Amino acid sequence: MSRLSVPCHVKGAVALQVGDVRTFQGRPGVVVIDVTFPSVEPFELQEIIFKNYYTAFLTIRVRQHTSAHTPAKWVTCLRDYCLMPDPHSEDGAQEYVSLFKHQMLCDMTRVLELRLILRQPSPLWLSFTVEELQIYQQGPKSPSVTFPKWLSHPVPCEQPPLLLEGLPDPSRVSSEVQQMWALTEMIRASHTSRRIGRFDVDGCYDLNLLSYT
Amino acid sequence: MLERANTNAGALHGCYGGLLLRYPTDHPVIPWGSTTVLCLPLAVASLQKPEIRLESLKEDIKEFFKISGWEKKLQNAVYSELNVYPLPSHPAAPPEHLKEPLVYMRKAQGSWEKRILKSLNSMCTELSIPLARKRPVGQQKELLNKWNEMGTDEPDLSLFRPVYAPKDFLEVLINLRNPNYENGDSLSFRTHLGLIQVPLKVKDIPDLKECFIELGLNTGQLGIDDSTQVPPELFENEHVRIGQKVLAEQDSAAAQQYIRQGSPTALRAELWALILNISSQPEDILYYEQLKANVIQHDLLVDSLIYKDVKLTASNDDYYFVFEDYLYQVLLCFSRDTSVLGHFAYNSASPPKSYIRGKLGLEEYAVFYPPNDWLGVDHFFKAWPGVIPFHGFSMYVAPLCFLYHEPYKLYQTFREMYVRFFFRLHSISSHPSGIVSLCLLFETLLQTYLPQLFYHLREIGAQPLRISFKWMVRAFSGYLATDQLLLLWDRILGYNSLEILAVLAAAVFAFRAVNLMEVTSLAAAEAVLADLSTLKVMPLLQIFLFATIT
Repeated sequence: MSRLSVPCHVKGAVALQVGDVRTFQGRPGVVVIDVTFPSVEPFELQEIIFKNYYTAFLTIRVRQHTSAHTPAKWVTCLRDYCLMPDPHSEDGAQEYVSLFKHQMLCDMTRVLELRLILRQPSPLWLSFTVEELQIYQQGPKSPSVTFPKWLSHPVPCEQPPLLLEGLPDPSRVSSEVQQMWALTEMIRASHTSRRIGRFDVDGCYDLNLLSYT
Repeated sequence: MLERANTNAGALHGCYGGLLLRYPTDHPVIPWGSTTVLCLPLAVASLQKPEIRLESLKEDIKEFFKISGWEKKLQNAVYSELNVYPLPSHPAAPPEHLKEPLVYMRKAQGSWEKRILKSLNSMCTELSIPLARKRPVGQQKELLNKWNEMGTDEPDLSLFRPVYAPKDFLEVLINLRNPNYENGDSLSFRTHLGLIQVPLKVKDIPDLKECFIELGLNTGQLGIDDSTQVPPELFENEHVRIGQKVLAEQDSAAAQQYIRQGSPTALRAELWALILNISSQPEDILYYEQLKANVIQHDLLVDSLIYKDVKLTASNDDYYFVFEDYLYQVLLCFSRDTSVLGHFAYNSASPPKSYIRGKLGLEEYAVFYPPNDWLGVDHFFKAWPGVIPFHGFSMYVAPLCFLYHEPYKLYQTFREMYVRFFFRLHSISSHPSGIVSLCLLFETLLQTYLPQLFYHLREIGAQPLRISFKWMVRAFSGYLATDQLLLLWDRILGYNSLEILAVLAAAVFAFRAVNLMEVTSLAAAEAVLADLSTLKVMPLLQIFLFATIT
């Protein structure tokens, strides 16, 4: 299934906290990230990909376009999706995650805006977020390929015409050529970028120091 | 290869093309053993029918596999690859993410590697020895004559020193910090009382009991139920009989399950070969001979390090000094083996790089070190460089010498054990079998189940990990008696994990807890735990996991 990337604008993360952010000692355990699509019409969401950074649970709310004159409402489409099975340890902390349309609680046609609510209940981590956020919509359907008739229904062999003297049997030649062709395909398929050959410089293999890359 | 088929050209090509094994290009490459790739054309060629019908071709080949035993071999090959390679990761994840998902660990591994390279480079410049050079013909002949007795050679190695020792590596692990973690100076519930300060997920005893369920009190074990007081009819005879059956079936998965209860000494060599999927095909013997030819032709600096290590460790060991010559034959070839480099796809480490003299910086003259372009064998993955040995590296090979006598078999077994298990013991990664997780598992087990002992040792400045680290890095080789060590390595193979090393380390501390409570210094604690050669591994593990009141 092909997919198209949708250009999105990710607003900065807002920490939800009771009290003054500067003076309060504790860490906010909830962060909200708004994702808008300024230049795109309401689209059907196919997939969301991101890299986790120490977020334990993810909730996504979506605002969809409604045809009537009622204002668009926020609907929760993913609730408390667990990214880190143990919030205190590193399991899943920096993993790449994909979320698909079929995992959502509501249908994702005509998406206007997304809101990601990140939760990290453990006080051990200094910060948490999601990175490299990418949204995908349904791409154009690939044109169906119709196979030519002769590929799907091979014609049975017809009686070969009489051979001229001295020429080899064409069916035997063709089968040998097939074998050679298959071999060349094999070699081409297993092409490596390795160089074959020695590095004989002036008759000896001379290595300088190891490099720090 | 192909029989003449009574079909037309297009369909036959499609059929043959479909039978070729193709590996997906975005998956870390599975190096299918030579046996599996060769079997398919063999299969087709062996179908002696004058006409192959397209419709029944698939079924005929499947039938052929079953009859000839190739199905089993293919199953074993697939099973062994599943054990070795990690699952395919998310398509958006870059390859370094597959090696190690946590960024700070990748960075730590990178700077550790730089340190090793600096050390190696400074050794090169101090001693004015090239990293690699071609041997003059006279020297080549001499080495070939002496190939089976390289131990008698006494080269001057006084100027060489090991690149690093386990305790240097421990210092690096102690200083490993997650930048996003609360590493406050004041002691709080978040501070780890042990030496390792990274919050990896480790198992606790209930999880370990579930994981190592075959080591339970109600299951027979070799190492416990084969002792002289126990009549063999109770367990041992039946176990040996089952082992012989497993070997007759040549089933890797069954062998791996079987070996969790230990392997009878007579069957161990074959069982390990079956589990590691090692065959003795002519091409494997040829591969070893080619590596040997490379050793003869080119001299590497790494070779001197290997010599030094063997002389310092294995030659001084009561059990292993007799195998000194074998160790050279295996380790020198190992450092020139390109196929080892395939494991760097899932190892957090990367191989060192160098440039041909005078061509610094030009990518087409870059080679990985130790170099590997001499093998003309076409490998299915990028050729990468080798492993820099550290002090004690040769002890990974030494116990295997008790099992295998032909050098090429010994070599293959060691190589498989290395790319499956041992590489994790000296690279920084978050893998559950990686050394960082093992250290944390050890400390957590000790802290949770022997809190008084842990507190006491900490107070006297004898952090337990400082003593047990060297055991785990060497997988207890050289510390336990050989028969006990082999029983332990049976379980490593059976469970496909190194966690049992951490459990054994904790069990040893539990066993000697009474003596340890009375010591008052690190040196005294080391003395209590200096000699492990009388320990019986399986009872210790069983008691610690299943018989301790928690």
